Amino acid sequence: MDLINALVAITNYVIIPATAYGAQLALGALGVTLIYSILRFSNFAHGDTMAFGTGIVILITWGFQAMGISLGPLPTALLALPFGIIVTAALMLGTDKVVYQYYRKVRAAPVVMVMVSVGVMFVMNALTRFLIGVDQINFDDGARFVINARQWREMTGLSEPLTLRSTQVITVVTAIITVAALFWFLGKTRTGKSMRAYSDNEDLALLSGIDPNRVVAVTWIITGALATIAGTLYGLDKSFKAFTYFQLLLPIFASAIVGGIGNPVGAIAGGFVISFSEVGLTYAWKKVVTYLIPNWQPDGLVQLLSTDYKYAVSFTILILVLIFKPTGLFKGKIV
Amino acid sequence: MSTTRQPGGSSAIRAPLFFAIMAVLILFEGFSSGWNSALGILNMGLLSAIMALGVNMQWGYAGLFNAGAMGFLALGGLAPVLISMPPTPGAFKAGGPGIMLAFFIAIVAVLAAVWIWRNLTGRLRGLAVTAVLIVGFFVYRWAFDPAVAAIEAINPSAQGNLGGLGLPTLISWPVGAVLAAGAAWLVGKTALGLRSDYLAIATLGIAEILVAVLKNEQWLDRGVLNVNGIPRPWPVPYEIDLQNSPDFVAKAQSWGMDPQLASTITVKLAYLLLFVVVLAVLIWLTQKALKSPWGRMMRAIRDNEISAAAMGKNVTRRHLQIFVLGSAVIGLAGAMMISLDGQMTPTSYNPLRYTFLILVMVIVGGSGNNWGSILGGVLIWYVWVKAGDWGPDIMAALASPFPEGGFKEHLIQSAPHMRMLVMGAILLGVLRFSPRGLLPEK
Repeated sequence: MDLINALVAITNYVIIPATAYGAQLALGALGVTLIYSILRFSNFAHGDTMAFGTGIVILITWGFQAMGISLGPLPTALLALPFGIIVTAALMLGTDKVVYQYYRKVRAAPVVMVMVSVGVMFVMNALTRFLIGVDQINFDDGARFVINARQWREMTGLSEPLTLRSTQVITVVTAIITVAALFWFLGKTRTGKSMRAYSDNEDLALLSGIDPNRVVAVTWIITGALATIAGTLYGLDKSFKAFTYFQLLLPIFASAIVGGIGNPVGAIAGGFVISFSEVGLTYAWKKVVTYLIPNWQPDGLVQLLSTDYKYAVSFTILILVLIFKPTGLFKGKIV
Repeated sequence: MSTTRQPGGSSAIRAPLFFAIMAVLILFEGFSSGWNSALGILNMGLLSAIMALGVNMQWGYAGLFNAGAMGFLALGGLAPVLISMPPTPGAFKAGGPGIMLAFFIAIVAVLAAVWIWRNLTGRLRGLAVTAVLIVGFFVYRWAFDPAVAAIEAINPSAQGNLGGLGLPTLISWPVGAVLAAGAAWLVGKTALGLRSDYLAIATLGIAEILVAVLKNEQWLDRGVLNVNGIPRPWPVPYEIDLQNSPDFVAKAQSWGMDPQLASTITVKLAYLLLFVVVLAVLIWLTQKALKSPWGRMMRAIRDNEISAAAMGKNVTRRHLQIFVLGSAVIGLAGAMMISLDGQMTPTSYNPLRYTFLILVMVIVGGSGNNWGSILGGVLIWYVWVKAGDWGPDIMAALASPFPEGGFKEHLIQSAPHMRMLVMGAILLGVLRFSPRGLLPEK
């Protein structure tokens, strides 16, 4: 019985939250990795793009709520998501036209592009603050739980509670749909194939008659969509705060690099590696330990790291990968 | 850094002209808003200039993107706390040996892991390294946790930390530089020599972690409880002492000044003097370095790594060297900033303000030009402060065509965020239209 209780506790406090968080990171890392493989720079504005997209979704959600439109048990934000994606994608295309296009034309060094993305980050940050402010916002209006603690107890009779929040289920389902659509697009459609060709060898792709402007435009649209989805899911699951999204940049980059930057499968794997390590190392294991080792009460919380150091986990994994396997778990590209 | 770098081309009066404009702006601030405000902006501007000098060494001389200036700045700020605060009675006795033992264990564990990695081969190697590190971690926590608890139990409302050594504040400034340099060496050793933007991401991470350490390690710097009353550096007097000194009051009155105002201005002038001395030494050193063969080698590496490597230059080592030196300058500025503020508030470190704003200063001033960094530091700091002051007025003017109501109110309320937009626009504008900055590199 204790063993089952321990498993339930691990599932409740580690596996479920880490899976949801991992899915959010994976979507974010996919955006970073796509920009990296097509446009060949690390996009520092990605966190703020996520914040901007989420901000738009929240505004539209409020509009729908005012009009009395809702999705029943599902959060209204899901209905607002497509509109948020359209606005964010339009902003991405506009930014590319006004800012990035010139640097592609003069073939600027990647590190200059990174610096340019810092400028874009400032502007996006300001736009998000203008739109929605800096405060914490909760915009989840759907049903809170798929399984709550009482139902679980009635269902199983176990003393250890397990809860499954609806946002966690929504996160994972949406992420699976998004990733499946993305991989179908990259693998099966003509545009997707031309994107991969462009990423593998730019000159050869140009010689084969692939239109670079089209590839770049599609990349920005997909990135805007991925950022908006990732940001909205994160905001539904936790809450929206512009600065938190900026800070997500580190785990997102870490996910992309750990998986092998430029490699979409790697980005997803990296997201889960980071999320499971982060949640696992910052979880207080006391409960599980008391279940597993009878007659022993640990003194402390058996927490390896305080939650304030969760970014240290992404960072350490990042450093370890940089030292031992710079190409990442799945072979990424190092240009 | 522009890819099309051409020598020469800028007029000789360009730099004096821009500095004159800067001086006029500061004087105007002094006459319009008072000298306290003008000197306040100038002091912080000079500190920003020192930070910008450090970042310029990395970005301007060598093309290294340090996205973690905030971390090195914060770490440097730890030095005044550890060096110049009075020691907490009994704290070292209670927890000092435990903490030292813990760090000793950590170092031994890491060295053992490195030794095993270098000397073993085969499957066993990974397992052995992991085992050593895990055991080391638990032993470290076993020594560390009780020591921390003992220190934090001492007078928690006012102290609860290790306290400092009680040495003069000026000593803490170079110590701040050394602390930052140490952290930079660790990061640079791992992240340099790989793709150029990996350093940016690694530094972004180390900055978050260093600030998290300052926020959470109460035994070290009281964390979010802040350390107050950090002693001022040597020649800087305290306002209250000046106001109580009959000589000073008589002198102030003879100049027709209110003694209270005179005392605050005297204090700011004293800081100004110190900062100018430090800045003068730094600019002398950096200009010398930049003009030396070493400086030419650095720029050669930046402009073409492959040909520099072919000439026999060890690119990664030189990058590590300049990265550490630049971070040391940032750490120095961090220590100076904390002794200007007189308090350590770890929550005030914000990456936009302390990392990316400094980059804007360097790029606007002119990447690779030391004088440009100083100009950029003071000028951008001035614009940053003023954008906050003027934001509401500009916004009110922009919003005037809209009818009264929620939207207009929202616009005016969000005016403080104007700074971000202004900085982003300036950075993008300079990168696009004048990538060499206001004072281009010679």
